[in-house]
Amino acid sequence: MTATMREFRDRATIAIEDVRLQTALEAATGRFCTARAAALAKLPWVEAMRDQFKAMRAATLANLAQHLEQFERQATAVGAQVHWARGGAEACAIVTGIAQRRGVTLVTKSKSMATEEIHLNTALAQAGIQPVETDLGEWIIQLAGEAPSHIIAPAIHKTKEQVAALFAQELGQTELPADIPALTAVARQMLRAKFLAAGMGISGGNLAVAETGSVVLVTNEGNGRMVTSAPPVHVAVIGIEKIAPTWDDAALWLSLLARSATGQPMSIYTTVVTGPKRAGDPDGPEEVHVVLLDNGRSQLIGSKYEEILQCIRCGACLNICPVYREAGGHAYGSPYSGPIGAVLSPLLFGLEKYPALPHASSLCGACKEVCPARIDLPRMLLELRADLVAQGLASPVEQFLEQGAALTMRSSRVWQFVTAMGRWGQRPLLQNGRLTLPASLNPVGERQLPHLAAKSFRELWRQGEV
Amino acid sequence: MNPIALFVTCLVDQALPEVGVATARLLRRAGFQVEFPQAQTCCGQPFFNSGYRTQARELAQHTVALLQPYEAIVLPSGSCTAMIRLEYPHLLADNPRWYYAARRVAAKTYELSEFLAKFAPDFLADHKLETMPLVSSKSPITYHDSCHMNRMLHLRAQPRAALRAAGYEIVEMAESERCCGFGGLFSVKMPEVSNAMTVAKLRLARQTAVTTLITADPGCLQQMRGMVCPGDGLVVKHLAVALEEALSGNAEEQEQ
Repeated sequence: MTATMREFRDRATIAIEDVRLQTALEAATGRFCTARAAALAKLPWVEAMRDQFKAMRAATLANLAQHLEQFERQATAVGAQVHWARGGAEACAIVTGIAQRRGVTLVTKSKSMATEEIHLNTALAQAGIQPVETDLGEWIIQLAGEAPSHIIAPAIHKTKEQVAALFAQELGQTELPADIPALTAVARQMLRAKFLAAGMGISGGNLAVAETGSVVLVTNEGNGRMVTSAPPVHVAVIGIEKIAPTWDDAALWLSLLARSATGQPMSIYTTVVTGPKRAGDPDGPEEVHVVLLDNGRSQLIGSKYEEILQCIRCGACLNICPVYREAGGHAYGSPYSGPIGAVLSPLLFGLEKYPALPHASSLCGACKEVCPARIDLPRMLLELRADLVAQGLASPVEQFLEQGAALTMRSSRVWQFVTAMGRWGQRPLLQNGRLTLPASLNPVGERQLPHLAAKSFRELWRQGEV
Repeated sequence: MNPIALFVTCLVDQALPEVGVATARLLRRAGFQVEFPQAQTCCGQPFFNSGYRTQARELAQHTVALLQPYEAIVLPSGSCTAMIRLEYPHLLADNPRWYYAARRVAAKTYELSEFLAKFAPDFLADHKLETMPLVSSKSPITYHDSCHMNRMLHLRAQPRAALRAAGYEIVEMAESERCCGFGGLFSVKMPEVSNAMTVAKLRLARQTAVTTLITADPGCLQQMRGMVCPGDGLVVKHLAVALEEALSGNAEEQEQ
C-alpha cells in the first residue's frame, strides 16, 4: 500500500461521503475520547504518572539493546525460544517455518498490529496455513477482506448490519438479525471450534518484560488467553521497542494503556506468558516462541524520530484527531492510521511511499495532548514535511509556488506590487463581494475562496483611515 | 509605555483589513501608542509548516530585524504569535546573533487578548462602565478556541475574559477546542478533509443556537466563513472586531 496525495484524498473522500461510516466513526471516537478523559481524571497524579512513563520509555530506548538481551536471557531460561527478525519477510519466514516444522495447517490469531505490519496472514496463506483472526473486530475485517481502520477497534468503520451480512455469508445463511448479542453468540460458537482445532496460536504483545522474559497481552474478549494457551504452540510477534525493563515499569505502562485506549482502568483480560507449560501444569503450550521484530525501528534510535518508538499503540491520538475522524483509517493506506500512523508509516515503510501522510494533519496538536507518553507528533510531522522538501519529494509545482511566494514576501515592496496585481486580476471574478469561480476551478471545493480586500490594511494605515 | 508595534499578519493585511483596524483602535482606546512597521509581510509560518525551512528562516530574520526595536509587539492572531514566540528561536538557532535576537523578540510578542489582560487588565471593564450601554445583554456569542492559541500559548481564559468584560454573554459550544479544519496550507492540500472538519465544527457552533461565532485567529475566521452560506444565520467574527464593536457601540455596523 501507498498514500500519495491523490490516493489519500480519494480514499478520504469516499469515507467523508459515506454517511453511515461518518456516523459510526464520530460516535465511536467520541465515546473513546469521553471515556479516556473520565478515566484519567479519576487517577491521582495522572500528569506526574505520564511524565514518569515518558521518562521510563525514553530511558529504556536509550539502553534498548541491553534490555532486549536481558529479555532474551530470561525468556530462554524459562524455556521460550527467542528469534530476532530484521524485517517483515524474515519474521514471516520464522513464523511459517515454525508452523511447517510442526505440520500446522490452522492457526488462531489474537489481535496484533505487528503481524498486520508484516502481512503475516498473506505469508501464512501462501504457505498453505489458514490463519483465523479471533479478535471480534479483526475477524470481521478478515471476513470482509479488509485492513484494520483503527489500532484498537479494527472494524470501527463497520455497522452491525454489515457485520450481520458478513456472518450470514460465512455461515451459508441468507440472513441474520443485526442484533449485537446474537451476532456475538454466532462468533463465539464459530471461533470456539477454531480455538480447539488450531495447531498453533499467534499473538502480538502489548509489552515484553525484560526481568522475567514475559510477554504481556491485554484483550477484552479473552481470545488472547485462548490463543496463547489452547494450541500446543504459541508464537508472539512483538516490536523491539515494546520492552519494559521491570514489572514496576510494566505496572505503570498497563495503568496508562487501557485508560488511554478505551477508558477502562484495566482491560478485561491481562495475560502474562512466561515460557511454555511446565511439568505438572494442567494446560498451556508445549512450545513458546517470541519473535522480536525490528523492521525499521532500530534505525530510528538516535535519530530525530526516536521519540516515536515510545508509542504503546493505545489509539488515543486517532480518537481525538479531527482529520482521522473525517478521513477514517483506510485513507492512510497503512495498518497504522491517525497521527501515529502519519508519522510511523513513512518512517517504517518509506517516505516516498507515503508522501501524503505528513500533510494529513492540520497541526492542531490534540494528539500530543492525549498521548500517554506525550509524544510530540506535530513536531515529527513538521520534520517529515521538511524531509519531503529536502529529499525532493515535493511536487515541482509546489516547490515553485512556495519558493516564489517566499521570495515575494521577503520584500514588502514586491509583496505590495504582487498583491496590487492580484487585486486587479480578481476584479472580473468578484460578484457581490464574493469571489466566484466555476466549481471545477475552485481548488478548495465547496468552500468560498478568500479574496483580497479592496484596500489592504497598509493602504488604510497610510491614508490615515485606521 | 513606548510605542508598541502592530504586526497584523499577512492575511489580515491583504484579506481582512477590518481586523487590523479594530485591533489598532482597541489598543489606542486602551491608551497605547500604536505603530505599524511598514516593511512587515508574513511571519513565515506557512513555509515552516509545509517544510520549507530555508524560506521560513529568511522571513523569520526579516521579521525579527523589523520588530526588534519595539518594546512590545501585538498580533491579532494566536497562531502567528505562537510562530514568533515558540518557533523562531529554534528556527534561528544556528546563528547565535539571530538566536538571541529571536529570543528577545519572542519574549515581547503577544496575542491581542493576552496583551490586554497583561498590560491593561481593567481597561475593558472600565470602558464599559464609562460608556454604557455597549452591547446589550442580549448579545450571546460562542467562542472557538483556535488550536495554536489554545494548545501552544495556553490562552483560553484571556479571550473569554475580554469578551465578557465587553458585555458579551458566552454560550460555550461542545468541543470548543476542536480544530476548525484550517491548518494553513492543509486547507488547500486536502480540501475535502479540511471542509468536512469545518462542517463538523460549524455543526457544534450551531448547536448553541447562538448566531455569532467568535475566533481570535484570522485563518480560522477565513476558513469558517468560507463554509457558512450567506443568509444561513451564522456570523463569524474576529475577536478584535467583536471587542471594538462593543466599545464603539455599533455592533451592527461592521457585519462581514
